Amino acid sequence: MKIIVCIKQVPGTTQVDIDAETGVLKRDGVEAKINPYDLYALETALRLKADYPGASVTAITMGPPQAMQSLREALMMGVDDVVLVSDRRFAGADVLATAHTLSQAMMLMDDWGTGLIVCGQQTTDGDTAQVGPEIAEFLGIPHAANVTAIQEFSAEALVAKVDLPTTEEIIRIPLPCLVCVNKDIYTPRLPSYTLKKASRDRKIRTVTLDDLPDSDPAHYGLNGSPTQVVWVFPPEHHVEHERWKGSTEELAAQLYDYLRSEKFLA
Amino acid sequence: MAEIVVHQDKIPDISAVADLCPFGAIEVSDGSVVINAGCKMCRLCVKNGPPGAFEFVKERRVTVDKDLWKGIAVYLDQTDGAIHPVSLELLGKARELAGKVGHPVIALLAGTKMGQAADEMLHYGIDKLYLYEHALLEHFRIEPYTAVFEDFIKRCQPAVVLVGGTAIGRSLAPRVAARFRTGLTADCTFLDIQKNTDLDQIRPAFGGNIMAHIRTPHNRPQFATVRYKIFSAPERIAVASGEIIRVKLDAALLASKIETLSSSRKAPVRNIEDADVLVVAGQGIQRVENMALLTELAEKLGGMVGGTRPVIEAGWLEPRRQIGLSGRTVKPKLLIACGVSGSVQFAAGMNGADKIVAINIDPDAPIFKIAHTAIVGDVCEILPSLLEKINAGEVA
Repeated sequence: MKIIVCIKQVPGTTQVDIDAETGVLKRDGVEAKINPYDLYALETALRLKADYPGASVTAITMGPPQAMQSLREALMMGVDDVVLVSDRRFAGADVLATAHTLSQAMMLMDDWGTGLIVCGQQTTDGDTAQVGPEIAEFLGIPHAANVTAIQEFSAEALVAKVDLPTTEEIIRIPLPCLVCVNKDIYTPRLPSYTLKKASRDRKIRTVTLDDLPDSDPAHYGLNGSPTQVVWVFPPEHHVEHERWKGSTEELAAQLYDYLRSEKFLA
Repeated sequence: MAEIVVHQDKIPDISAVADLCPFGAIEVSDGSVVINAGCKMCRLCVKNGPPGAFEFVKERRVTVDKDLWKGIAVYLDQTDGAIHPVSLELLGKARELAGKVGHPVIALLAGTKMGQAADEMLHYGIDKLYLYEHALLEHFRIEPYTAVFEDFIKRCQPAVVLVGGTAIGRSLAPRVAARFRTGLTADCTFLDIQKNTDLDQIRPAFGGNIMAHIRTPHNRPQFATVRYKIFSAPERIAVASGEIIRVKLDAALLASKIETLSSSRKAPVRNIEDADVLVVAGQGIQRVENMALLTELAEKLGGMVGGTRPVIEAGWLEPRRQIGLSGRTVKPKLLIACGVSGSVQFAAGMNGADKIVAINIDPDAPIFKIAHTAIVGDVCEILPSLLEKINAGEVA
């Protein structure tokens, strides 16, 4: 039973300033980290493995070479294997190209077609929540998003609780399949020092474009991306302001009058 | 092949170039400047780097014939026969976009026993509503619903597909977009359309610190998801118009091994997105005991209490009351921010409110940049005083 977890390395902070004149983005140099939502995916996979003798968990990530650090953290949490999917030609990939790249890399793994793929809900930098469902489509397997609990797990199927707009549902989804788990599905474990020592010298395999079944560069990176960023600009703030100052009593009285005149109070 | 080519001879100072890239993709390796796989092709290095140092080489791409794709389509998100209000907001926007390019507004509705809902939708400016009914569509399951969507797109060839960013929309839209190998931009906050029918998809990025303007120039349909309360709901038109086209799909196309074992309606909760008035707690209220002041004020104003992320993380309010980029987007008539500093992420979730009143002891709090009324003072003292006046006013 192979359980694959997709993870992404994201910036440590999203604090960015943009210079309105030049459009230059200035980013605080804070360390990158595993996308917090993916920690829930990793924890889900590790718990399912604990209940299923013989299961193995592989963490996979697409990114620049420094993404390797996220894979090392996944090893410290207890995954069995890790794969880095990295190539300059993957640069500029949007959701479609990213999902294509990851699904191609998964096809290289033994038994990929019999198991489970677990993704986090979204990332803190892209926020799209799309890559999971798109990977499932490319692999031709069913998927379930908004999973809040997994009740049963076997080689045949998974029974999961999903959170839909007005209903909560329990579904049975056959394997192979992909699930996107919600935040708070479990409490993610901390990395272990013992595992850190054990995995320190582990060589991490890098998969490049040339390794993939579809080796046409036009399907990857910017060329393989139907969406393109044409411009970035700072958000606008057009607001007419009124600033009040005074004693507590004066301000409270002014606010009371305001609420009455605007008809929020009788 | 599109790429950024580095011309080493045009770089006078190697040590300075790495800073050009916000994604850390420019590196110095063996004395040469190289671009690594972190490149997002934003082309800021081309724009701001030493002249001629970074060259963007365009690719030749196959573009679809855009004249073959007509229509602004909206997915009508339904559970148990009730259409999610975000779908109405999208119909309003679709009508606006359609008007600019002379396209029809078309809609997709799938489920069981949807006849009444479909009739009601004809009051919102739809030209053609495609209704797919089948027992297999009773509960949302990804495979049959994707199959329906696929049929709809092949049948109508819309230029644009708008889907609400609900739990269903966020699961369904990407799968369909991938099936058609086309682009999808999530959580757009602004949409416009060019004469050639290219959709301008604008959304916040980097936690709301910047806005990204995105297009899908070579593919169709162009998918975009939009969250509830980003756009305004259109007025219901008294006279129904448009036609309902019933499509009967073969059961074999709707086959799926996913089973819905049970479905229970969630207890109806008043959502903060639906409140006309919101009283929002920030860390500046200092103690959880002070929440009672906000609750009382919200009650007096006929509104609800919301919170910033730190307040939710401290456990002072349930997560569904969180306002912001990773919480909910709200657009009330009045929002009173109490002790809220006003981070960019918070602002992104509420800066569309009609009237924003902010109370903060710090005169430089960022919230004051977006507040219509800035009250510089101690919220923990102002609120009790205000409530005293309100209570006295009621008695009188």
